[in-house]
Amino acid sequence: MSVAGAESRIKQARKIQDEELLKFCAQISNLLNNQDYGTETLDSLQKLYLIIAVTKYSRKLTKEGIEKLESTLCWPKTTEQIQTLCAAILREISPCDHLTLSVSDCLDTKVLSLVFSVLLAQGNRKDEVHSVGQRVVKLLESRLPEGQSLRYLFPVLSKVIKLSPAILNEDQVNMINKKFVDWLRYASVQQGVLVSSGGFFSGSRTRQPGPINEVDGAVAADFFTVLSIGNYYTEDQWMNVHVFSMLRKWLLCYGSDVITGDDADIKSESEGSVMSMVSAASTSSRLLPPKERLREKALEYCLRLIEQSDRKAIKKLDSDLQKACLIEAVYLMDIICQQDSSFVYRAFSCLKALYSRICGDFAFARVILPIAQFFLRHSEMAAVESEAVYRHLFTKLPPELFHDSMFAFEFVQFCRENEKLLGETVSNFRQNFPNLLKFLAWHSPALIAEFVELLPALIVPETAIEMLHSLLDLPCMTAVLDVQLRSQSIPFNEKAPVDHNLKPSSSLEAFRHPYYRSMFLYILRGESGAGDTIDRLNLLHEVLLDMVNHSRILQCAQTVPILLQVYFNVVSEFADGTLINQLVLVLLERSSLLFNIKAFKTEVHRVFSSQLLVLCKLHPSVIVEQSKELLEFCGTVTNIQSKENFFTHIVWAIGEYLSVAYNEKCTVEIITRFFEALEALLFEITQLRPSASVPRHHPRVITVLMTTLSKLASRSQDLIPRVSLFLSKIRPFARSSAVASTYAEEDIEELLSRASELMNLLNLPNIAQFVLAPSAEHANPRYHRDTNVSLPLAMRTMTKLLQRGTNSVPG
Amino acid sequence: MVHAFLINTLSCSTGGTESLCRVLYSQTFGSERSESRNKDPEEERCYRKEQIFAVARQVKSACTLSRQAMGKSLSAFAFPPSDEVVALQEADFGVFRLPPGDPFSESKTVLWLGIQSVGFALVCDPYENLMLAENSLKMIVRYLLEYLRLLSQGSDIMLKADKIEIILNKFLPCGQLLFINHRFVYSIERELNICISK
Repeated sequence: MSVAGAESRIKQARKIQDEELLKFCAQISNLLNNQDYGTETLDSLQKLYLIIAVTKYSRKLTKEGIEKLESTLCWPKTTEQIQTLCAAILREISPCDHLTLSVSDCLDTKVLSLVFSVLLAQGNRKDEVHSVGQRVVKLLESRLPEGQSLRYLFPVLSKVIKLSPAILNEDQVNMINKKFVDWLRYASVQQGVLVSSGGFFSGSRTRQPGPINEVDGAVAADFFTVLSIGNYYTEDQWMNVHVFSMLRKWLLCYGSDVITGDDADIKSESEGSVMSMVSAASTSSRLLPPKERLREKALEYCLRLIEQSDRKAIKKLDSDLQKACLIEAVYLMDIICQQDSSFVYRAFSCLKALYSRICGDFAFARVILPIAQFFLRHSEMAAVESEAVYRHLFTKLPPELFHDSMFAFEFVQFCRENEKLLGETVSNFRQNFPNLLKFLAWHSPALIAEFVELLPALIVPETAIEMLHSLLDLPCMTAVLDVQLRSQSIPFNEKAPVDHNLKPSSSLEAFRHPYYRSMFLYILRGESGAGDTIDRLNLLHEVLLDMVNHSRILQCAQTVPILLQVYFNVVSEFADGTLINQLVLVLLERSSLLFNIKAFKTEVHRVFSSQLLVLCKLHPSVIVEQSKELLEFCGTVTNIQSKENFFTHIVWAIGEYLSVAYNEKCTVEIITRFFEALEALLFEITQLRPSASVPRHHPRVITVLMTTLSKLASRSQDLIPRVSLFLSKIRPFARSSAVASTYAEEDIEELLSRASELMNLLNLPNIAQFVLAPSAEHANPRYHRDTNVSLPLAMRTMTKLLQRGTNSVPG
Repeated sequence: MVHAFLINTLSCSTGGTESLCRVLYSQTFGSERSESRNKDPEEERCYRKEQIFAVARQVKSACTLSRQAMGKSLSAFAFPPSDEVVALQEADFGVFRLPPGDPFSESKTVLWLGIQSVGFALVCDPYENLMLAENSLKMIVRYLLEYLRLLSQGSDIMLKADKIEIILNKFLPCGQLLFINHRFVYSIERELNICISK
């Protein structure tokens, strides 16, 4: 299917000038005036449509041209193709103030529906919605002439009530309610006859029409529905289809008591409703007002559909329709029960039976979702046990159907729309979050926006750490799911000899290898609470390396940083000191344990860096509480190379929060140990041995290390001489040829100026303490407004002192 | 109900230079409820077109990402499918949600179907019966492939608006999805054959 031709057509059409277009329109008008509906007219109209449709800027047609199109549309002798094109062109130029079409222009309902579609495209400038609505209602009330069908009007009615439900008054609504009852429940159960258009050979070959059948070929067991099969259909059977197709919308608009106000009078049911078969379950509902009667009949229709869906359809199209009908029936029953809770018991007994019938068949999985929605909404009222449904939904279905894009989407929508209720009443919702994550892992681009909204509802303190690990391992989960699927399609010869001491050479082999199996199963788990993560995660990452470049995994990896942001936003609201400690540990541990995708690691580190600062701000004593792990982290030079950004932030946090002010347990010993570790690190990266390679770190690493060391020294003043000595060595380092060739001039200047600032500061220990390690109170505005203790005063004093040299006495 | 139906171009490449996304056909079924009466008609039309373009671009990127994820390479598009049934079986299919305001005033669900370099999309209202929408989209595309001869070489989709409109008027009148079984479909097909030739 080549679309290269399309490109050139679009360009050609856009190039047509206005005068050319007007001439072309005049030609078309001529042809239409002569009632020439042949190929030339057809081609010209198609070109005109194209010219107007390809650009978002309006193309001018003359008033006469527009009028010609309008009159051709309504002219009875026009062909359907020409009429359709005229309507399409008029719709394409809409909204347009020059349109003079009105609702009473013609009588043919098929053409009328085209006219209405053009009018509805005007955007209600002249109250078109109202006039179209009223005309449709009048037509529904009246008897149409022979050959006309009402069925073209239902979609228009459906559109009108969507745009403006207030258009119909109570009487009109009741009139339509009554007609709907007839068409829905009492349509003919005999097959229609082929309406032959006459002609020489149409003799009296009208066959005796037989009864309607079910989808499996049996004779119809009860009243007519959309699942009834016949060779030809009568007019009221068409109405049955159309009414059912718009029933949900109608009930939502006019079915509840709120909108229609008080109940209509109970009119006697004297309208001639044709009843071909009486349903055994029909109650004496004839005395009910129209709205309530429609509700009753709608419920009967749904029950019938559910019964009909149990039959094995001969045609695939029909079996697909059965599933769609089931879903619609459950939606309808949900609405009916919301509008009148006396239906709940009947509905429940039917839906429980339906659920038992289909829960074992994955082909009907999408029907389980509306059933679960119904249970969620009404089970409390009916005091019905619904645990089994939710359990089945959250534990059994996702592992089987995560790869089905429609099921995944609908499942996630269900969760998102009901998150509050699910969170309060259904334990499986949060307990089975690993199963929910499978949908995201497989369909990342389509579902990321939904999960950004859904994720906050899934995060609770009890499973927060496990959730963090799971989010970090999402790409890994995608890989594992892929391996699982492949493994199902490639037969596994269990009897073939396998040497289990050999390392597996591919992810598929590893999946079948007993040593790795438990790791795979952990990732595939459906329930949380079995453990936050596994010990040998790095081994699992290794055997999955052959999948690291798969598009699906890369797509998933791109979504993780976004989810991490959402996660931390939520967690920081409720995290206490203990949880923050655990989180920081996870950050430290996982920073070197991420699936080996370069961009993924960089982005995750970026999130870790910013979130580390947030966590420290919330609970500053975490630095002292986790001093052991942090020391270990700082002692490893490779950490600088592999995660420079994150490392820099850790060092900064240490400088900021490793102090008695934030945690009484911060002893001089701890400060000294950190000092020594960082000093050794700084020493190593600023060495100028001839064999040392050119520095590969960003100069910011060096400045942050210097500043942190100075901060620590200002708190434990014995360390000051060591720092000063070190700082004095920065100058030769910065001026060396190796550094000069790697770092930019501004960076080197920055290094040098920072080193000298710090050195000068450290010469005044008390001032240094104030500047480098201010207590939290100093952020208080009081310190800036009170003339006795304000920071500006201190700054001014300090500046004077520094300018005068170290011998002055502060005062 | 369905708010709009569109046909747009998709890229057949799985990377490299991306071609522009072109809307080959679109129909919006009526206006949105919130459209203001005071807006200049040209502005309103322009805005509606831009909304459709926005959807087309998202369909294109969704289809591209989906094809990448399934590992479909360029060679998959070298040989067009032999008939409509095969084409539909091999088609790429997906769904995504448009949040309110972006680009329509209320939230919408988009179902898309991609065959070679052409994409077809239904923009549905929220809480629509997606199973019915999916079945309807596949059926409409089947008829479009057949009556527009889209699978044959050198077919031109752009000057066949009348056929597309007639097919849509029958199977998706005014944007209403219909619960039609195979006999109703057959009836409609007979009506189709009367007004257009294949």
